[in-house]
Order: sequence, then structure tokens, then C-alpha cells
Amino acid sequence: MNNDIVLRVEDIHKSFGDNEVLRGVSFDVRRGETKVFIGPSGTGKSTLLRCINQLTPPDRGRVWLDGEEVTNSGARINYFRQKIGMVFQNFFLFDHLTALKNVELALLKVRGMGKAEAREKALNELRQVGMEDWADHYPAELSGGQAQRVSIARALAMDPDVILFDEPTSALDPELTREVLEVMKKLAGEGMTMLVVTHEMGFACSVANEVLFMENGVVAEQGTPDQLLHDPQYTRMKDFIGRIDSRLGD
Amino acid sequence: MDVLLILIDWFPYLLSGIATTLGLVLSALGLGLLLGLPMALGQVYGSRPVRWVIGIYVWFFRGLPILVLLFLFWFGIFPMLGLGALPAFAVGAVVLGLRGAAYQSQIFRGAVQSIGEGQMIAARSLGMSRLTAIRSVILPQAMRIALPGWSNEYPNILTDSAVCYAIGVAELLTITSRMVTQTHITMPIYLAAAGIFIILNYGGLKVLHGLEKRIAIPGFGSGAV
Repeated sequence: MNNDIVLRVEDIHKSFGDNEVLRGVSFDVRRGETKVFIGPSGTGKSTLLRCINQLTPPDRGRVWLDGEEVTNSGARINYFRQKIGMVFQNFFLFDHLTALKNVELALLKVRGMGKAEAREKALNELRQVGMEDWADHYPAELSGGQAQRVSIARALAMDPDVILFDEPTSALDPELTREVLEVMKKLAGEGMTMLVVTHEMGFACSVANEVLFMENGVVAEQGTPDQLLHDPQYTRMKDFIGRIDSRLGD
Repeated sequence: MDVLLILIDWFPYLLSGIATTLGLVLSALGLGLLLGLPMALGQVYGSRPVRWVIGIYVWFFRGLPILVLLFLFWFGIFPMLGLGALPAFAVGAVVLGLRGAAYQSQIFRGAVQSIGEGQMIAARSLGMSRLTAIRSVILPQAMRIALPGWSNEYPNILTDSAVCYAIGVAELLTITSRMVTQTHITMPIYLAAAGIFIILNYGGLKVLHGLEKRIAIPGFGSGAV
């Protein structure tokens, strides 16, 4: 990780009707960094990710990728979205395409890559997530963990500057969660820049460079996993983690 | 045995009737597809005025009896547009097609709307434009979902095509009626017509079901076990 800022998020606000979901969120992401967002449900974590790639345009605030403004970028948003990968809670694999074709599609249709080259690249990405043996299977034939790994490969194929993970393991049982987290850990280790919304505290503590605790539409506390575990000043985050743990009976 | 001899005698004529009927059906299905699919997309993704215009179209063509439509176009609308010289076959095919488009648009609309919004979101998140996403992600899925319902349009249009008799298109019913007038044999000849309609129906559906199987995808839509 270096000090090169790849993504800058500045004062993001978003309301749905009377419900003010985001009330001014700002942070910088350095290249190679993994930031983890935790916090109670409904505090705008997923909305924040969608505001970054403009799937949900924010009401106010700006997003910069590599020094270029992503907000208000008009049709150029399709260029930025290639550079900002996204992985969803429910995978959203293209149901009519095999794993391989899922990864290939945007290479062919967006990047305009040739068939042979796209195929080779897609196979390579599937290999990265340990899914090359499943290349010819359709989404309905995959387990949730496998489907999520394919969707990670699909995001990787565009060579993104940063990948947004929106609760990537929330739809998975513990065993499948582990296989997906391992892939994410590996990516983080290889220097991929990642923003991760998750409830997996173990992952947050072992992989995150920084943990951001969101509450009521703002970043209430932020710090390194070490600070979060040992520094007494992080009371709200600790309370929250305590609540999750007691709920799990730990 | 007279009947059989008559049928054999008239066979080439009968065959031309079958060809005309199939011609009507295929042109109408094709025109319906060509118009119905964009109409469905317009109704799902279009602006309010676009949706409104399509709504009116669908309401008009589904709201009138086919025979009324046919007369409106044959005696009124086409002559008014300076197309009075259009042959009856063309008028029949166009009216069946315009009406089919109204029905087909609703079949496709339902199919497009049944695709989860996550498919569009995922496509857009990869940098696809809306149009590319519709073409590469939404339509290939929607068409598969629509096909069983769409197949229903074949027997509908096949049976409806017989109304073209009323404007003198030389389709199957017109031909058989002429045979009846000339031979004074009624029941057997109409039974033969009925038999031919049923065979055409069966054959066409067989092809469409075969197509359904061929494009089926494991665990998806109509391909699900």
C-alpha cells in the first residue's frame, strides 16, 4: 500500500423520501487498501457503495476516481463503472450464461475484446477464484459460495481500480462464507483495493487496514482493527460488536 | 368415394390455400414480433408519453373484434391512406400482425418485467449501457421466459386467419368454401378443412416446443425441470 489516493468520497448525502440515509460521508481510499464498513442495518452502508458507482446517484457530494470526478460524469459513468467493480449480496450472476460467459460478457460487449482473448482472460479470472473447473456450468448449478466467487471473477475481469463488496457473504452459510472470504483475503493480499460492507468481524479484523463504523448515516468512528480492539476510546463500535457477539452466543 | 376424388382433384388448389394460410400466419407472427418486442421494451423502459402511446395502441387492437378491425382497414383506413390497391392478402397479414403485436407486446412485457432488477444492476455495474444490458442480458432471458406464452400466438393467429375469408383472401377457408359451392358437398369438405387446420396447428406447436427445448438453460425459466 502506498499513499496514492485512488478513490475520494466527499460529503455524500442521500435521502429516500423523508428518510435521510446518508448525512455527509467522506473518506479517502489509498491504492491497495482494504476498508471495511460495519454498523447496524439501515445505516446506509450499502447505499454508500451504490452512491460511489452512481447506481444510486447521491443527492449531494462528490466522488473522485484517480483524480477524475465520477459524479456528474454523464455517459462517461460507463467508463468509471468498469474501473469500480461491484460484488453483490445476491451475486446477480447472469442466469442465462455459464460461469465463463458471465465473466466474458463485459469484456466482449464493453471492452470490445476479441473472442479468444476474452475467453483466455475470463478463464484466468476464474482460476484466480478457484472456479476454472466450473467454467461451463450455469448459475443455477452452482452453490452460493461458488456463484459469489464467479461474480468476484466477473468484477476482476474489468481490471478495476477498486472493488466494492456489498455484504458479499450475507446470503451464505458459514462454510460457504469461509470460501468466499478466503478469496477476498487473497485479493487483499495481492494488493487489490477493496471497500467491504460486512458483518464478518473476523474478516474485518484480519484484513482491513481501516474499519469504519457507520451509524445514522455518518461514519461515527473509524480506526485500525488494532485500535478498535484495544483502544478504549472506540466505545460505540465496541458496543456494536459486543451486541453482535452476544447475539451469536460467543 | 366421390369426396376423396374431389379432394384429389382440387388438391393443388387446396395446397395453394394452405400456402396462403401459412403465409398469412408467418407474416402476421413476424410483423407482430417486429412491433411487439420494441413495444414491450417501450412500455417497461420508455418515458411516460411513450408508455401512453403504446397503451392506447394495445387498448385499440385488443378492444375490437378481429372482423371489425379487418373491415375498418380494408374499407376505410388503407383506402384513406391511398393504399386501396393493396391486395387482400397484404391487408389481412398486416391487420393480423398489428393485432398480434398488441398481444405479443404484453407477453414480452410480462417476461421482461419478470427478470429480477439485479440483472440490470449487475450489467450496469460492469459499465454496460442500458441498451447493451437490455440486448445482452435482459432480452436473452426474457425471450426464453416468453416463448411458452408466445407459442400460444401461433394457434391464435392460425385460427384467426380464417376471417380473411371475409375480404376474399384465397386462404384455406375461402378455397374450401368455393369447393363447397361448386360441388354441393358440405360436411366432408369442411371436415377436411378442419382436419388441415388441426394438422397445421399440431405441426407448428411441435416446432415451437422443440425450439423451447433447444434454447432451455439448466435451472432457468421454462427450462426448469
